[in-house]
Amino acid sequence: MALSGLDIYKLLPGGVKPPHPKANCKECGFPTCLAFAMKLAAKQAELSACKYVSDEAKAKLSAAAAPPIRLITLSADGRKIEVGNETVLFRHEKTFYHPTAVLVRVPDTLPAAEIAALAKAVADYKVDYVGMSLRLDGLAIEATSGNAGQFAEAVAAARGACTLPLVLVSEVPAVISAGLAKTAGITPLICAATEANWEEMAKLAKAAKAPLVVRADSLAGLAELTQKLAAAGVEDLVLDPAVRGFAGSLQALTQLRRLALKKNFRPLGYPIIAFPYLGAADPGLETLLAGQQIAKYAGFVVLGRFNPADVYPLLVLRANLFTDPQKPIQVEPGIYPINKPGPDAPVLVTTNFSITYFAVANEMESSGLPAWLLVADAEGMSVLTAWAAGKFDAEKIAKTVKGTGVAEKVNHRKVVIPGHVAVLMGELEEELPGWQIKVGPREAVDLPRYLKTAW
Amino acid sequence: MPVNVEIPVEKWSGSVRTVKLGATPAEGGTRSRSVTIGGANTLPFLAFEGKVPNPPCVAVEVRAVDPSADWPPPLVKAWGSVLGDLAAWTKAAEAAGADLIVLQLTQTDHAGERMNGPKARAALRTVLQATGLPIIVFGAGQAELDNEMLVAVAEEGAGERLVLGPCEEKNYRTIVAAALANGHLVTAKTPMDVNLSKQLTVLVHDMGMPLDRIITDPTTGGLGYGIEYGYSVMERLRLAALQGDNMTQQPMIVTPGEEAWRTKEARAGEGVPAAWGDWEERAINWEAMTAAALIESGAEIVVMRHPVAVARVKQMIAELMKA
Repeated sequence: MALSGLDIYKLLPGGVKPPHPKANCKECGFPTCLAFAMKLAAKQAELSACKYVSDEAKAKLSAAAAPPIRLITLSADGRKIEVGNETVLFRHEKTFYHPTAVLVRVPDTLPAAEIAALAKAVADYKVDYVGMSLRLDGLAIEATSGNAGQFAEAVAAARGACTLPLVLVSEVPAVISAGLAKTAGITPLICAATEANWEEMAKLAKAAKAPLVVRADSLAGLAELTQKLAAAGVEDLVLDPAVRGFAGSLQALTQLRRLALKKNFRPLGYPIIAFPYLGAADPGLETLLAGQQIAKYAGFVVLGRFNPADVYPLLVLRANLFTDPQKPIQVEPGIYPINKPGPDAPVLVTTNFSITYFAVANEMESSGLPAWLLVADAEGMSVLTAWAAGKFDAEKIAKTVKGTGVAEKVNHRKVVIPGHVAVLMGELEEELPGWQIKVGPREAVDLPRYLKTAW
Repeated sequence: MPVNVEIPVEKWSGSVRTVKLGATPAEGGTRSRSVTIGGANTLPFLAFEGKVPNPPCVAVEVRAVDPSADWPPPLVKAWGSVLGDLAAWTKAAEAAGADLIVLQLTQTDHAGERMNGPKARAALRTVLQATGLPIIVFGAGQAELDNEMLVAVAEEGAGERLVLGPCEEKNYRTIVAAALANGHLVTAKTPMDVNLSKQLTVLVHDMGMPLDRIITDPTTGGLGYGIEYGYSVMERLRLAALQGDNMTQQPMIVTPGEEAWRTKEARAGEGVPAAWGDWEERAINWEAMTAAALIESGAEIVVMRHPVAVARVKQMIAELMKA
């Protein structure tokens, strides 16, 4: 049974009677023991952050305090992957915390030069999306050859070309061991331990201090293996329910997430790895299956190949679904050129609420009309809400016009404000001497027609 | 050490309402078959927990006016010359795997003149003759014109169990009345909000429209353009339906085709970052991914545009129904 924040507090240095000398020491990173207790209760912190809690209290707390889905970290030369620690089944209940890591499979049968080129392409892949930089997270080096020497060379080639975290994919301990010899200094993920090889894989994982994937084709099989591995001292585990297709994957991943969160079922409280290319008939379907697994509920998704036209929509889907619903995506305030605007293109102003921005940008993009779109910092609120809250007033709009330097880009002095804030016109004329203030339509959808007739 | 893993199963008290589109000759129409949606008493495709009696459907959009000038090349190329021929386009849409046809009405006709009731009537007649699939007719987004066109369409298709829409809070009475009088269904469209969706269902139902003739359109954004809002509202509506909230139990229709094909990612082939990848592949992915995410959050009908994206999403649905 989960403990409440207050129950937990009574076991911490600040809450025991008499208080421990280190009460409220802040070393855990929280201002007080009570604050730390609340985070523990919300499963957003780990008890190990407190050095002074008694062993007796630890025993009582460990079951309740550990996050229901363990946080797993892969690292390599600065780039790292963190997945797990999720607390909800649906993003609207709170938020999804750690975006699914998206990796690309690298078969060791490719020539070393191709492996290096692929590794570099994946590592360098970067796409800008509303001010965010979306990237791929790592490589899964697959021992397609089954040959330890060839696998080691492939790992070395990938390591030589990039600093991405790696997954080492083979069920043969000797092959994994050869690969691990080339990963000194980084923490790869070993994939995978099975009923047949788990004892040897456990030794390798312990020696390399690396997390280990557990593979079984039933949930009971997975739970049995994780318990054996935990007993053998390997606690950083990742689950591979070896069910590959759309329906099987959705059901198994949903069951795993529910077991972890609703039943607090420890043996399956680990992140999940998925291989959409093993469950889909062609690359188009693979992309949809990868999307399904990002939404529900994989921690790692390994793509079968690297193709920007597939990767871009997947990374955008991930960015969208892992956005905190309490804190809607805000667009960076600033100046956005649309359809290659020139000096005579119209100047439009709106707020930095993502949907507002998208509505305006989208209508303008599809109309083909050029414009300079100025996005004011309205704290992520829509036009009407921001206006009502005093975050989108004449002063703010004037500041945006001046701050973006649009005056140097255009040969006119006209700016279009949203129809919803027509009332600001007079005040804005005072704030922006020399500018003509034009009142645009209320809805973005009417902008192209407005610009064709009224600009 | 064998471990007993008890699969957590939710005991939902409610289910999605079952709605039937299209009427066969035996039912007073001319459709070669009707299509039933809804009926699930669990979250999408969780067959271990409940029943999912009907697969989600893909509706393909056709128009009486050639959209080549507005639609981007990857979409225009896919359909080719049928875009200028409503009957041929409808047949091609059916051949591409459509479960339903959406006749999207426009504000002007092919000659650039204002549409009207008789012209809309003629367009429906063409589609009815070209296909035996059930038909959805969407207005052009201008209240006065839509009322004129949809009333005419409702009369022309009397008894066919068409779906007419969208009914919106500001304009639903005329459309609902026409649908009621001629045995049709309606879609009720609200802007991404659980309570507004419920409220419009209540308003439409209060006019006498039976609940098994209302399909809700919660509105969505395209991938990258607000899909997360639509996605979460649909998940919340579906959870509310399963928890027994009567006015949230309507099947859901969304328009990923329209949303995806207005994004820059689908429309722009030049002057975009290399990281966006091949234009045509990316554009098709954009539509298919938008539709797929919405199906997995609860959509019963997705309205789509590109035949390759349609085929892909149909295949995904078939896979998900295998359980």
